[in-house]
Amino acid sequence: MMPLLKMRETQLALCIVALIALVGARAPVFVTPASLANLLTDSTLLIMLALAQMLVIVTRGVDLSMASTLALAGMMSAQLASRSPDLPLSVVVLAAVVIGLLLGLVNGYLVGYLELPPIVVTLGTMSVYRGMVFVLSGGAWVSSHQMPADFIAFPLARLFGVTHLVWIAVVVVLAAWYLARHSRFGRDLYAIGNQPSSARYVGIPIARRLLWTYGLSGAMAGLCGYLWVARYAVAYTEIAYGFEFTVIAACVIGGISIAGGCGSVAGAVLGGLFLAVIGNALPVVKVSPFWQSALTGIVILTAVLINARNGKQGGRQILPLHLNRQTGSAA
Amino acid sequence: MSSSTLSARPAVATSGTTSANASGVSDAATGPGSRYIIADRPQHGLRAALARRESLLALLLLAVFLANSILLPHFLDLDNLADSTFNFSEKALIALPMALLIICREIDISVSGILALSSVAMGLAHANGAPPEALLPIAIATGAACGCLNGVMVTRFGLPSIVVTIGTVSLFRGLASVVLGDQAYTGYPQIMADWGQGYFFGFIPREFVVMLVFAAVFAVVLHATSWGRRIYAIGNNPVAARFSGIGVNRYRLMLFVLTGAMAGLAGYLLTGRIGSTRPNIAMGWELEIITMVILGGVSIAGGAGTIGGVLLAVLTLGTVTYGLQMANIPGIYMTIVIGLLLLATIALPRLLRGRKK
Repeated sequence: MMPLLKMRETQLALCIVALIALVGARAPVFVTPASLANLLTDSTLLIMLALAQMLVIVTRGVDLSMASTLALAGMMSAQLASRSPDLPLSVVVLAAVVIGLLLGLVNGYLVGYLELPPIVVTLGTMSVYRGMVFVLSGGAWVSSHQMPADFIAFPLARLFGVTHLVWIAVVVVLAAWYLARHSRFGRDLYAIGNQPSSARYVGIPIARRLLWTYGLSGAMAGLCGYLWVARYAVAYTEIAYGFEFTVIAACVIGGISIAGGCGSVAGAVLGGLFLAVIGNALPVVKVSPFWQSALTGIVILTAVLINARNGKQGGRQILPLHLNRQTGSAA
Repeated sequence: MSSSTLSARPAVATSGTTSANASGVSDAATGPGSRYIIADRPQHGLRAALARRESLLALLLLAVFLANSILLPHFLDLDNLADSTFNFSEKALIALPMALLIICREIDISVSGILALSSVAMGLAHANGAPPEALLPIAIATGAACGCLNGVMVTRFGLPSIVVTIGTVSLFRGLASVVLGDQAYTGYPQIMADWGQGYFFGFIPREFVVMLVFAAVFAVVLHATSWGRRIYAIGNNPVAARFSGIGVNRYRLMLFVLTGAMAGLAGYLLTGRIGSTRPNIAMGWELEIITMVILGGVSIAGGAGTIGGVLLAVLTLGTVTYGLQMANIPGIYMTIVIGLLLLATIALPRLLRGRKK
């Protein structure tokens, strides 16, 4: 029981429950099933993006181009759907994912094979992709009446009483959990993040792994691009502007170390959930929405402070601890 | 810099002694073995001079300038040229201390938030009857205080600066929008408009002159004083720098405060130029500023870069923007150009050098 309580993820989950309970005590409407289901639906996009971003951050990288990729894939899928309304929805979604994948692979090639710093590469592609959204759309909006009905209806349609968005997020979470914990690909990413030179010595194909990590991040952004555009039923140049920082913030709150090699799927999910709870709770307890950004900032700073303190008590530095024990037994 | 000899010994000495936090953070930025190669001795001759980022940028600037003046009939109009500097002067003012920070292996994402908060502080003070002369100190002090918060979080608690400043940008901009609500501050005193929009000799924009003066000061400090050399030393190897007696954390804190103060100054000029404080003031500037700095040849892994390069990058981007404006091309195309320039400048040398192990 105690080790479980000491886990960062458990503490964060308790924080979220406490926060929901606190808000529920002041405004009972917040804890009704409908409101909580709404909260869950609202958090899905952030959670899915945070999971992909987590894999990138674990390799000591960062993907700043995520929001721009989302916007570009979303805009292209919206245009595709509005120009050829007879196309089956699955083709449109697939197109969005493939576009995202290609955009992500560009990042992956530059970071993996050319060994360029990820922050600079994704900063560059971020501007390029965002600019391309404008070029493609000519600055025009694609609004709801131009999109086919099933295109818009899909994310919020319900299966067994739960929205498709939530089902997709569940699948993504399970896939990410399998990938991060049980696949060779995922374990390699942790190895790369913990010690790149050792990873190279044990024969991990670092460049190929990075290529597909960024590709995966792009594909996820592409999927979310479609979901975002369909959910809000509008596509324009500034979709998700600045959202990359929200995604990174969710990862940081979830205890994923920006130094790489450390982070869990549960952390990313809870981090995204935490931010979604704050966003949804503020209007309910009648706090001005202008406070949201400031509160988010305070939460991020608190989270990194707590994580840094946890980190000092152990965790990442395995070797020195081992050494200490050896010298201790010798003396 | 003989960085190879500097790095070897302390790394061995510290592997057992430093806390998880210190080594974790310094490793975080680059990992073992920076991606940037620092030669044991500087190369001389024409080939080495041409391979430098500054000369490439100077050639690029010249090419852009010539192409624009041939293609666009009114490009060389002196009034237009002078006015085009308004586009980048404030950003360049923040890019200067940002270059120092990045050389020092830190980064500050929160500059646009600081700028917004100082602008709001000025607006608040002005609305409550502060005299016009007090507004500049208020802006700079607000900026410095914000920078101090960043610096303390990074140095005292050993947190990675990118995470801290992602948090504080949200905090600062949030506080600005809490104070501002859905309102905007306007009606600033004439002195601010004079500095923000005014000219020296009726011709040279004051902002541009301010920027050039600061660039000169920064260049001297970075390239001709021991402070500047120490900043490079910290960027090349923080642990070795600490072991050789440099107050690494004091330098980091000072640079964060400086960046905040410069953001405050830029906030003063920008507010004076546009004459109002709105919640979206300077939105997204942090990435443009960081792009300027990196385009100017400052290595994101720290320890390399010059103020001259940053200034050339600023001027190049300014010329391209101005050319696009004259050619009546929407501003957002500029973001594509900036992004491609950034990618090309870092990818091309790498591709030319080939894949060597």
